[in-house]
Amino acid sequence: MTALDTPPTLNVGVTRLRKEDAHLVTGRSNWTDNITLTGLLHVALVRSPMAHAKVSNVDVSAALEQPGVVAAFTGADLADNWAGGLPCAWPVTPDMKSPTHLPLATDEVRYVGDAVAVVVARTRPQAVDATEHVVVDYEPLPAVVDMEAALADGSPLADTSLDTNKSFTWQKIDGEIDDAFDGAAHVTTRRFINQRLIPTAIEPRSVVCAPPRETRETTLWSATQVPHILRLMLALTCGVPEHELRVVAPDVGGGFGSKLNVYAEEAICLVLARKLGKPVKWTETRSEGYQATIHGRDQIQDVSLAFNEDNTIRGMRVELHADMGAYLQLVTPGIPILGAFMFNSIYKMDALSFTCHGVFTNKTPTDAYRGAGRPEATYAIERLIDEAANELGVEPFELRERNWIKHEEFPYTTIAGIEYDSGNYEAATAKAREIFGYDDLRAEQAQRRGSGDPVQLGIGISTFTEMCGLAPSRVLGSLSYGAGGWEHASVRMLPSGKVEVITGTSPHGQGHVTSWSQIAADALGVAYEDVEVRHGDTNVAHKGMDTYGSRSLVVGGYAVQVACDKVVAKAKKVAAHLLEAAEDDIEFSGGTFSVSGSPDANTTIQDISLAVFAAHDYPEDMEPSLDSDATVDPENFSYPHGTHLCATEVDTETGRVTIRRYVAVDDVGKVINPQIVDGQVHGGLAQGIAQALYEEAVYDSEGNLTTGSLLDYYVPSAADLPHFETDRTETPATSNPLGVKGVGEAGTIASTPAVINAVVDALRHLGVNDMPMPASPRNVWEALQAANNGGAA
Amino acid sequence: MNVDGETHSDEVEPRLLLVHYLREFLGKTGTNVGCDTSNCGACTVHLDGRSVKSCTVLAVQADGGDIDTIEGLAEFSSNGDEEAGWHPLQRAFHTEHGLQCGYCTPGMIMAAKDLLSENPDPTEDEVRHGLEGNLCRCTGYVNIVKAVRTAAAEMRGDKVDTEVGA
Repeated sequence: MTALDTPPTLNVGVTRLRKEDAHLVTGRSNWTDNITLTGLLHVALVRSPMAHAKVSNVDVSAALEQPGVVAAFTGADLADNWAGGLPCAWPVTPDMKSPTHLPLATDEVRYVGDAVAVVVARTRPQAVDATEHVVVDYEPLPAVVDMEAALADGSPLADTSLDTNKSFTWQKIDGEIDDAFDGAAHVTTRRFINQRLIPTAIEPRSVVCAPPRETRETTLWSATQVPHILRLMLALTCGVPEHELRVVAPDVGGGFGSKLNVYAEEAICLVLARKLGKPVKWTETRSEGYQATIHGRDQIQDVSLAFNEDNTIRGMRVELHADMGAYLQLVTPGIPILGAFMFNSIYKMDALSFTCHGVFTNKTPTDAYRGAGRPEATYAIERLIDEAANELGVEPFELRERNWIKHEEFPYTTIAGIEYDSGNYEAATAKAREIFGYDDLRAEQAQRRGSGDPVQLGIGISTFTEMCGLAPSRVLGSLSYGAGGWEHASVRMLPSGKVEVITGTSPHGQGHVTSWSQIAADALGVAYEDVEVRHGDTNVAHKGMDTYGSRSLVVGGYAVQVACDKVVAKAKKVAAHLLEAAEDDIEFSGGTFSVSGSPDANTTIQDISLAVFAAHDYPEDMEPSLDSDATVDPENFSYPHGTHLCATEVDTETGRVTIRRYVAVDDVGKVINPQIVDGQVHGGLAQGIAQALYEEAVYDSEGNLTTGSLLDYYVPSAADLPHFETDRTETPATSNPLGVKGVGEAGTIASTPAVINAVVDALRHLGVNDMPMPASPRNVWEALQAANNGGAA
Repeated sequence: MNVDGETHSDEVEPRLLLVHYLREFLGKTGTNVGCDTSNCGACTVHLDGRSVKSCTVLAVQADGGDIDTIEGLAEFSSNGDEEAGWHPLQRAFHTEHGLQCGYCTPGMIMAAKDLLSENPDPTEDEVRHGLEGNLCRCTGYVNIVKAVRTAAAEMRGDKVDTEVGA
C-alpha cells in the first residue's frame, strides 16, 4: 500500500494522490473527440492505398452529391491555402534534403496513407461514406522499402522531386578513432536491427477547429503534446496570424512522442474551418492512425567496440541507417542524431565515431517515440557489451564495471563532449543485484544448463544512462534545432490566499497538476489543496515549450520553483514593511514570515497576499503584486541512470519467452512524488519490453503496412507482462535546484536490451549469439534452428 | 434501452454501433473509442450485467437492454464529498495510481467490475488474464492489478493485501 502517513506540511518527496483522477475515473473527461459545437461539421480524408504513385486526377464531384456533404476538396483545390509545407524544425545538416510536405498531396503520393482529398459532411458516417465517391487516378511508381537498397546505385526514388533517397549524412568523430581500432587487442562488431514501432497512444488523434465568431480568434483543439509549438507552426503553415490563433490541448490520452508533431489533419482542419466559416472535427480511426501518425525507431546499427588487453574500451564506431519514412516530420532527422551522445553510454573510451545516414522510403514518417534516439543507442551498446564479454570470456558485469565511470569521477565529460553531472553506477548495480538475487539465479541457470532442461534460464543486464530534460537552448542551437529548450511558469497569488500555477508544460498522463502543486505548496508554504495548476491552453498558459524528452519536471518544475521563489522574495519585502523590520531580519518558514528573534511578530503569505491586493500599505519601491513569472533555461541535460536486471525463461522447444523477474533500480535524482515516479517507470518498462518481445511494424515489398491495426500489431496486455520490482538510488542532479532528472523515458530506454540480453543468455550455450526483435516464438525458434544447423544465428 | 438508470428511445440506423449511440445520441462521452478492431477495450460497458465491448454491439442489438457505463457507477454524494460516492474500483484506481492518461480507465474499470462479479478474490494472475481484453499504454498494468485487488478486498470486506503472491 502507498504510505500516506506523512507530515501534513511537507509535500515534495511524498506521495500525494493525483488531483487529475476524479474526472477520469468517473467519465467526465474532456477528450478532443468529446467536444461538440453548434453547427459542427465532420471531416474525412481520402488516403492513398498505394505506397508510391503519380496522382494524375482527383475528382470530388460525385462525393459532393452525397447526402449531408457540405464540401470536398482536392490537394490542388487547397494548394493556395498553405503558406508553407508541414514543418521540419530540425535541419541536421545544411544540405539536408527535405521534400515539400503539403497537408494534401497534389501530384505524387509517397506512402500508404498520404492524403489526397478531404470531404466535409454533417455527420461523420456521411463524410466517410462520401469518401468512397472520390475518384483518384493513380499511376503506380516503384516503392522504396528497404533502406540499404534505397542507397544503391540505380534505386528507384521514394520522391521523384529529389535525385537521391539520402536525406543527409551526419557525422561526429571524437578522439583518434583509427588509432583506437588499429591498435586494439580485440574488436567486437555486430549489426543490430532496431525495428520500426508504432507508438499507439490509446486515445486516437483528434482535431476540432472553430472559426472566428465575435473576435478574430480561431480556436483549435487537438490531442497534442505541444499546443505552444503547434500554434506557432500552424500559424506559419497556414498563414494565420499567430495572435489570432488559440490552441488548446484538453484532456490528452497519452502521447509517447506521437503527439509531438504538426500533422496534416491539424492544418487541414484549421484551413477548412476558416474557409467554410463552420467548426469542423476530425478523429482518426486506429487503423487510419497506424498509417497517418508517426512511427518510431527503425534503424540498422553497425557497431564496433575496440578493447585493450586489459579489457578497457579504446573506442567505438557507430554507423546508422535511419529510416525517415516518406517525409521529414517535426523532428524526424534529429531523433537518430541524439544517439551521437548516447552510444558511449556510461563507459569511458578515448575515441567515438558516429555516422548516421537518414534515408527516405515510401513508408509512414518516423519521429520521436518514447526515448527518441536514446533507446536505440542504449540497445546497441548494452547488447554489444554483452557480446564482447562473451568473446573476451569475462562476466558481463565485470566488463561493465571495468569500463564505467566511477562515482568519484563525476562530473565527467564524456568522449561525446557532454558533462554527466552526477551518478553512482556502483550503488544502483549493488542494489539491483541484491534485490534480484543475482548469484542464486546464476546458480540455477548453471543447474538448468547442466540438466538440459528444455526451459532455459537467462539473465539480462542493462546498466543504462540517458540524457533528458530537453534542454539547454544553446546546445540545441549548436545541433541546428529550430527552437530553444527553456520552460515557463507563472505563479499568481489570489487575494484569498489560494494559488494559481500556470505551466508551459502540457501533460497527458504524467500528473503535472499534482507534482507542480507539491512543488508550489512547499515553496510557498501553502496547503497542497490550495494550489491549482493550469496548462494546455495558449490563452491561459501563454508561453511554453510543452512536454516531451522527459523535460517537464526538470525544466518546467524548475520554472515553477523559481517563480515561487520570486513570489516569496516579494512577499518578504512586504512582510518587512508591515512588520516594521529590516528585510534581512525576516525569516520565512512554512508560509509564515517572522522577525528574527521576535517570533510573535509574524504574518502569513496569505495575509500578505490580501494586503497586496488591497494595496493600502505596501513598500514604495515595488508594484502591488506578488505574482511572478519565470522562464528557465537549464545549464545542462540531466542524466538518469540505473541498473535493470531481467530473468527470462525460454522454452527451447517452442521458442516462447516468459519474463520471470524484472528488477529496475533507477536513479532519477530527487523524487517529487514516489507513486507517480514508480508509475512512469512501470509504463516505460512495458513499452521497452514490448519492443523486445512483441511489437514490430511490418511492411511488405510493395510498401503496404501489414501490421495495420491492433489485430496485427501486438500491443501487450496485462497477461503478457510480469510484475515489475522497482527501487531507487538517489544522486541529485546538480543542474536544477530541485535535484531532479526526469523519469518519463528511462524505463523504455533501459528495458529493451535487458530483455534481449536475457533471451540470448538463456540460449548462449546452444550457440545463439543474436536475437532479432521482437523475440517472438518464431524468431527464437528460428535462431535455435540456425544454431543447431551450425550456422551463425 | 435503459442507460445508467434512464430510459431512452430513438430511431437509429441499423449499422450504428452501441458506443456511437451512447456517445453521439446520449452524450455519454465517458465511454471511449480506442480502436476499430475490438482489441483495446476502451469502450467496455455492461449490457444486462455483463461486460461487452460497445464497439462490437450494434445499438439495435441492445434494444430493450440495460446498459451500465462508467458514468453511472458512482453514487451521488449529497454532502459534497464526491469520492464518498465512488465505487470501490474508482477509489482503488485513484489510490493505487491505476491510471495515468485515463483514456483506457472507464473500460478497464467496467471490465474489472465484471471480473470481480465472477471472481471476488482473484489472484494477480487471474486479474491479469481477466483483463487481457483491455489495453493500457501508460501504466504497465502493475498498478491496475493492484487497484483491482484492492477494490476486491474492500468489496469483500477483507483486509487489503495486494502484495505479489498474496
